[in-house]
Amino acid sequence: MHHDASPWSEIMKWNGWGYSDSKFLFNKKGQAEFTGKRYRLSGMVLPSLQDWFENTFGASVNHKSPPALNASAVPPASLNEAFVEDLKATGIPFSHEAEDRVFRAHGHCLHEIFALREGKKFERVPDMVVWPNCHSDVVKIVELACKHNVCLIPYGGGTSVTSALECPPEETRCIVSLDTSQMNRILWIDEKNLVAHVEAGIIGQDLERLLNESGYCTGHEPDSMEFSSLGGWVATRASGMKKNVYGNIEDLVIHIKVVTPRGVIEKSCQGPRMSTGPDIHHFILGSEGTLGVVTEVTMKIRPIPEYQKYGSVVFPNFEAGVACLREVAKQRCAPASIRLMDNEQFQFGHALKPQVSSIFTNFVEGLKKFYITKFKGFDPHQLVVATLLFEGDRERVLQHEKQVYDIAATFGGLAAGEDNGQRGYILTFVIAYLRDLGMDYYVVAESFETSVPWDRVLDLCRNVKERINRECKERGVQFQPLTSCRVTQTYDAGACVYFYFAFNYRGLADPVHTYERVEHAAREEILANGGSLSHHHGVGKLRKEWMKESISSLGVGMLQSVKDYVDPDNIFGNRNLL
Amino acid sequence: SVSSSFPFSLLSISSRKQRKNTIRDGFEDILEERRNSSDLKYALRCYAPVLYKGVTPCKANMLKNIVLQSDQLRYVINQVSQESGEAPDIIQEEASVILEEMAHRLQISTVRFFAFALSKAFKTLFQHVCVNEEGIQRLQQAIQEHPVVLLPSHRSYMDFLLMSYILYTYDLALPVIAAGMDFMGMKFVGEMLRMSGAFFIRRSFGGDKLYWAVFSEYVKTMLRNGFAPIEFFLEGTRSRTCKSLTPKLGLLNIVIEPFFKGEVFDVNLVPISISYERILEESLYARELLGVPKPKESTSGLLKARRILSEDYGSIHVYFGQPVSVRSLAQGKVNRSTYNLFPRHIPRKPMEETQSFVNDTAYRIVRLQEDNMVLKPWVLMASLLLQNLEGMELSVLTEQTVWLRGLALSYAAFLDWPDHAPTAKVVSSSLALHRGLACVSGGRVSLVVGEPLGPVTPEEALFNRAVSVLSCASYRNQVLHVFLRPAMLAVAMLHLSDEVYNCFSFLWDMFSNDFILCPGDTVQDFEEACYLLVKTGAVQMPQQDIVMTDIGQPTLSFFNGLLEPFLQGYQVVCRYLCEEASEGLTEKQYIPAVRSFHSVLCVFTGNLRCYEVLSSDMQKNALAALLRMDAVRKVKVADQVTLIVNKMAVNSIDDILGKNRMISHINQTQISPSLSLVAVAEDLCRDGLTPSYIR
Repeated sequence: MHHDASPWSEIMKWNGWGYSDSKFLFNKKGQAEFTGKRYRLSGMVLPSLQDWFENTFGASVNHKSPPALNASAVPPASLNEAFVEDLKATGIPFSHEAEDRVFRAHGHCLHEIFALREGKKFERVPDMVVWPNCHSDVVKIVELACKHNVCLIPYGGGTSVTSALECPPEETRCIVSLDTSQMNRILWIDEKNLVAHVEAGIIGQDLERLLNESGYCTGHEPDSMEFSSLGGWVATRASGMKKNVYGNIEDLVIHIKVVTPRGVIEKSCQGPRMSTGPDIHHFILGSEGTLGVVTEVTMKIRPIPEYQKYGSVVFPNFEAGVACLREVAKQRCAPASIRLMDNEQFQFGHALKPQVSSIFTNFVEGLKKFYITKFKGFDPHQLVVATLLFEGDRERVLQHEKQVYDIAATFGGLAAGEDNGQRGYILTFVIAYLRDLGMDYYVVAESFETSVPWDRVLDLCRNVKERINRECKERGVQFQPLTSCRVTQTYDAGACVYFYFAFNYRGLADPVHTYERVEHAAREEILANGGSLSHHHGVGKLRKEWMKESISSLGVGMLQSVKDYVDPDNIFGNRNLL
Repeated sequence: SVSSSFPFSLLSISSRKQRKNTIRDGFEDILEERRNSSDLKYALRCYAPVLYKGVTPCKANMLKNIVLQSDQLRYVINQVSQESGEAPDIIQEEASVILEEMAHRLQISTVRFFAFALSKAFKTLFQHVCVNEEGIQRLQQAIQEHPVVLLPSHRSYMDFLLMSYILYTYDLALPVIAAGMDFMGMKFVGEMLRMSGAFFIRRSFGGDKLYWAVFSEYVKTMLRNGFAPIEFFLEGTRSRTCKSLTPKLGLLNIVIEPFFKGEVFDVNLVPISISYERILEESLYARELLGVPKPKESTSGLLKARRILSEDYGSIHVYFGQPVSVRSLAQGKVNRSTYNLFPRHIPRKPMEETQSFVNDTAYRIVRLQEDNMVLKPWVLMASLLLQNLEGMELSVLTEQTVWLRGLALSYAAFLDWPDHAPTAKVVSSSLALHRGLACVSGGRVSLVVGEPLGPVTPEEALFNRAVSVLSCASYRNQVLHVFLRPAMLAVAMLHLSDEVYNCFSFLWDMFSNDFILCPGDTVQDFEEACYLLVKTGAVQMPQQDIVMTDIGQPTLSFFNGLLEPFLQGYQVVCRYLCEEASEGLTEKQYIPAVRSFHSVLCVFTGNLRCYEVLSSDMQKNALAALLRMDAVRKVKVADQVTLIVNKMAVNSIDDILGKNRMISHINQTQISPSLSLVAVAEDLCRDGLTPSYIR
């Protein structure tokens, strides 16, 4: 009975991103390749990556910083015996094996992964892991936790990047990680209303696959969808790449069932909109595991689109690209997804060009031809690329495509082909693997995001990048950092901007600390430039300090009073958000 | 010994960080090359400066279009149109006319013309034009990284041509310069200046929304895009007294706002100190201060003034200070996110937090300008001569100048004392250069007083005497920023009542229009004063006391004498307001009235010590101080502003300033309005002597 009930931890890396079989490495010939079979890049050799890597970071493939394996430096479990006894009686599986506990002690923040790789000891990890199988199991666990004053931390896909899964070091009670992975069924599909009732532990890619079997999809595709869970999306107010067609998680959710220390929160009906005071769903959405466990969700589904088409547009510079996206948003004709990568990301995409490729037409070669022949004015160190994804019936897609390309043309944009578009989206999934490669060679990297009104997008991007460069310099980073951003979502009144930031840390005593100070400064710059604290990653413990500034102390007080009512004994004691 | 109520525990903590780093760059003479190579070649050489982030320079017409089409201006145009009922097109046209009147039309050919002409002129007028090249290098770096605002001190019309000349010489981007509209009176010259980068702003446009919008958007557009460094004078106008003037905040607000709104990452402010050994406008200023109106800028006036060309004006030192990052200054002082909830293109009054930041910044920059002003030996000599108006033995002057030099150096003055020259030589060559101001006869040095032809009335004699004192004072004033704080402490110790800190604080407050005293810095300045006096051994500070040492007497009495004219001047104003001012005294009448009160006082009592109160500058500053201290109020009646005097309050201020200092009380009946200095000044004007006062 005391075993890891999930095969998950066997196929997943314990100290890096994603699947164990998929990773970037430099082979004996010094060429980069991506292993495994899961992705379109898998098994391919990427000849330009090494040059890009060495030139961008001043890193060298000869300077390796391989991980030091030390999975067992784990503090001993401090168990609440009475709780364990009562739990045994319920028959719900649990474990206090070190591996199981460490696996659930972290998300994917740089400092967490770095610590794992360095074999550093975690100050506090969960004392045990429990695997409820259904809603009523969760009710039992929460009741027992209240009875024995045990701290519960819900765990879904483990892709948090806000330190939300970290155990508060000051927590003296027994900490139980409540792993929802076994609650992964679609309970029913209602085709009349186009909704599905799903257990909240289901992982994004499984949900899509299972719905696809019935001819449906949710259309909710956050970049982490391979590994993140439905409950996690609700708890963090997740956003999907195709939100322009399907909406963000708050638009998709029809009903949420949550188990709290005070009991179960549910609504009495599934009306599509209600005027019954403030929407209680909005206390749950974004609550980051501080109020209870989301167990079941009723969400909208859509028939699988008949036709999908990728596309891309090249602009002479970032300003023109942003102006185009703004116009597209103004005309409310955004495709399912539209993203604008800056020049640094364009170059990075360039570097991931596979050696032999029938799938990717040769992006760069094609582009070079472009400009040498017809479009000379484009400076390769200025140009940016927007990637597009259209969905719907074929005719509509083609019409829509024309509309968007016409708008792009008025901003000097040139259509740059389907493959380049598709490539951009594949990058999204493999980029997280690339961080692990960087860490093998003294490069640390992280991403962060914000949302910002349209008129401030350019100023914010420029100032944040400059702030990062300046902070790195002041903090003794000896190599020029990589700072790159992209506009990933458009709204009527603004956009979501996503930043990548990486630097070569050779010569730094405490790279993680340096990194954290720089990210802190970058976040301050974001807030000073009219950006939000977060668009979809959430607050966790990483950004708690800015909550008052963001939503006013009265606002924090309102949230606190809900917490105090729902969970007076702080059973859900991960200390996120407030 | 005097007790102090000041908490001295504080003092010991912060005096450690008291003195800023005073290592300064060396100078290069840029005229040297001009004397050895062709001016024409120089004017025609290749000029290709690097701009901010490598932007391409913007044509004047394109710039105008950007401004006219900006959201900011469009918003105000619509607003004005709605308020006035005029069609937006008409308002837009008005805006376009304003812009046309304002905008610069920088042309390289004009710049080359000036490069040539100024080379010739400078070589005739000046011995050296010295520039700190390290400062130039810092500036060059700054221009590439951030939008740059050049903030020179302003003592002469020469300043801005000189600035552009230097930047051209070093192949740096030429600035666009905010100039007063009055230059446009000089038909041809105005246009020439415009083509060398000047843009023109009206002196007052208080409530004119449209004007303000065009103006601020014009400046911000240049700044945001980094098309050119912006140059303006924080002091707003040329200082006629050679003391730095209280900074004006309008333009500074405009150039700082883009940073707060996130439109630029940072803005660099570069304080520049331009020091003239002899100011071209020297005696012109003195006369202006005495009420002879400033000659209107005119091309013919300029041509008449060309006789200046036959004189030796010594050297000029231009010191480019360390660029000051607005971002670093604002760190922790202004919360930029308060700008997040309001559209950035809608004009809004700056928030209190911002206002006080801009005010602090302005003072800070002016103090940086002061710090790097180069002082010549003559400045020290003038300070001594003014304390000995009856004249001094040359040997005594020489001896005291050497003593004062030591004092100035230990207070970190930026003194340009010739190397390896015997002191007597230094003194005599200073006297030679300033022979219009002081002369040696029979081994005694005294001020030169102009002797008009024909019979001299007592008032004319007084006027001439005052011109020479005020001219001389403009040199003494250059050193005041070095000695000001310890001097106020010395006055507090020697003259004023029991509590030293309170007295210091009173003087500090009283004089804050006359000198650059950063708001809120009273305690810090007091600490600095104590530190400096202790450092030079003039005082000791056992426990809670401040005590003069055995050797402190000369220092303290010199300091006391240094501030004496100011103390006296303020007292005269107080006296006038208490004893003489009529009920309905208007603001306009105030200056001539004080002047005539005092001149009568001088002529009739024969006490000829305090000439400086005849200066309108001091009178204005004294009134401003009394207004600030609520001893005088302004009341607007019809379209006149009347001054209401609280005689009790003014009297008590007079008391604190020290009753015994003042000359004896005079008989009211002796005052006759016809015998006023104003009348003398007016007579002189009528005689058509105005523009040719320059000796």
